[in-house]
Amino acid sequence: MQRHRSRAAILSTIFMGLGQIYNRQFIKGLIFLAVEAGALVYFIANLGRAFWGITSLGDSPSHLVKVKGITKMVAGDHSIVILIQSLITLMFFVLFLIAWYMNIRDAHKTGEERDNGRPSNTFKQSVRYILDYKFAQSFLLIPGLGILFFTIMPIIFMIMLAFTNFAAPDHIPPAKLVDWVGFQTFRNLLVLKSWSHTFYGVLTWTIVWAVLSTVTTYFGGMLVALLINQKGIRFKGLWRMILILPYAIPQMISLLLMRNLFNGQFGPINQYLGYFGLGKLPWLTDPFWAKFTVIIVNMWVGIPVSMLLIMGVLTTIPRDMYEAAEVDGATNYQKFRIVTLPMILFSTAPTLIMQFAGNINNFNAIYLLTQGNPVNGNYQYAGSTDLLVTWLYKLTADQNKNNMASAIGIILFIIVAGFSLYNYRRTKSFQEEDMIQ
Amino acid sequence: MIIGRKLTSIIRLSLSYIVLIALAIAAIYPALWILLASFRPGKSLYSKTLIPEHFTLAHYKELFTSPVYMFGTWYANTLKIAVFSMLIGVVLTLLTSYALSRFRFKTRKTTMSVLLILGMFPGFMSMIAIYLLLNQFDLLDTHMALIIVYAAGAPLGGTLIAKGFLDTIPRSLDEAARIDGASNFGIFVRIILPLSRPMITYMALTQFVGPWVDFIFAKLILRTKENWTVAVGMWDMVNTMQNSNFTLFAAGAVLISVPIMILFGFLQRLLVDGLTAGASKG
Repeated sequence: MQRHRSRAAILSTIFMGLGQIYNRQFIKGLIFLAVEAGALVYFIANLGRAFWGITSLGDSPSHLVKVKGITKMVAGDHSIVILIQSLITLMFFVLFLIAWYMNIRDAHKTGEERDNGRPSNTFKQSVRYILDYKFAQSFLLIPGLGILFFTIMPIIFMIMLAFTNFAAPDHIPPAKLVDWVGFQTFRNLLVLKSWSHTFYGVLTWTIVWAVLSTVTTYFGGMLVALLINQKGIRFKGLWRMILILPYAIPQMISLLLMRNLFNGQFGPINQYLGYFGLGKLPWLTDPFWAKFTVIIVNMWVGIPVSMLLIMGVLTTIPRDMYEAAEVDGATNYQKFRIVTLPMILFSTAPTLIMQFAGNINNFNAIYLLTQGNPVNGNYQYAGSTDLLVTWLYKLTADQNKNNMASAIGIILFIIVAGFSLYNYRRTKSFQEEDMIQ
Repeated sequence: MIIGRKLTSIIRLSLSYIVLIALAIAAIYPALWILLASFRPGKSLYSKTLIPEHFTLAHYKELFTSPVYMFGTWYANTLKIAVFSMLIGVVLTLLTSYALSRFRFKTRKTTMSVLLILGMFPGFMSMIAIYLLLNQFDLLDTHMALIIVYAAGAPLGGTLIAKGFLDTIPRSLDEAARIDGASNFGIFVRIILPLSRPMITYMALTQFVGPWVDFIFAKLILRTKENWTVAVGMWDMVNTMQNSNFTLFAAGAVLISVPIMILFGFLQRLLVDGLTAGASKG
């Protein structure tokens, strides 16, 4: 009694939709037929070229041709455009394969129903079934497509770039072709003295920056929240409103503003130092002071958010914990250490770790303030305050060393993603979410 | 004993007030400084006093009338992009977080992990690829391109926080509605949406602010000056003139910040709720 299910599945394998029509689901079948027809037209035109493109990356660069005694420039293959076109086609192909597989499975399943003597669903019933039982999956489809094309495709593209020699001065299309080179770029980055020196130097500063900037804003925010929350402080709402102000100013504006405020020659900060008879400080031009300044400015930008968060947590700490501590004769400091601090740390730990991961990638804070400068002569195209992110941005935008930038991007991505994934999988929201309510 | 305790309490409070006042000055001063600088005659960054000797509106006028700075056009562009990308982005994020919070399906946890990882990807690393992709579809130098890219990116940043918030809305409400015959979509519109107002505010605001401050990606996509957003314009202004026309920059900065600050002010209560509820659930 397996006639219907195998027949439907085989028919659907031969041509999408046939199995559905065999199962008397005509509308569904026609939709599938149309999908396959469209796909055939598209793939016959493009698929072969896509496979050729992704393996060879083009084979003729722009070159001069003599036509009737006049030399003319003939446009050749643009390797990078070919790469992206091939990638797009292949992604459509994968989507098509998934649809094809689902079509076979659907035909098989409906056939099975019929084998068991039940009639197949009408089109209306199918739609209802999807809305009731496959709701989440169909809801996720639209955002999923957006993410596929604007995030996943670029990531694959970038990973591929790291294995090519797409870099100035010798391999910039359309004049020259780009080729696959395997792990050469990674080898250069990690072993070749000139690159590896920069890489490890910038990596060290990135980690130092991430630790310092996270710790300073977090504990700064905690301090401010506790100050305002003290018994006896008046106008709590007013203080909070004033101290939130830096959070409300768009970050780009506030960072550009700070860059002027700390300007070594004309900036008001140095001007005021002068009033106190102190010399001017090279806030943004000396390697040490520049690092100091970015941390301070980041505190100004970041403390309000931490403050808000921690104030929110403070209101959730039960009063009776403090009362119990008071009965036991705890001093203010002990109450803080035994009750407040653990409670805050416990409920904000995930945020803290996310902030750390975010700071590793904090492009704006560095680029808008110092652009990675002051320049460090020992580095390859990097300055003293450059993070890995800003360095790789400069490598693509200014130097056209795209393969190197991609390699750095991959390493950075692995560090940050691994770290946050490990952390996230341990949180309540991920593990035992059904227990919360 | 009692006097001693009172004394320490007074000392503690006055010390706290001193620190708070110092912090308040540090928080307000930069904003005040740039506001006053925008009214200062002349062009230079340097000024003898914080409060200018005369006030002038010349810089604001220049922003809108000078042929070099099409600030009015940029402003309208940014507003348009911000509103559309906010609307689409919020809808997409809500859809994703609702599906992840309320439904149990096989690949759910994987989806959540994937969202988290993709969100960690340094955005402008994908710039070259997106640039080429938009080029393929002939979308370069259009506002449509920016709206699509900003909106498509929204679920990556917001979903997990929004999901944390939706988890706090009791399931029993959904079930009651289901017994009354509401469909999945009906539950979403009538129960979830009204109850997640703080979260929606928070997401909408972060999404709205994005286009006002993103200069890197916008600069790459928008080639003609008439199509620029304010962020690109401001970045260009700062970079091409260095500090030679600081007061004009100040005026532009004020014009960008004021509407956003007003929004923050009005929505403060909701924002704080959304931020803390989503985050402290981690």
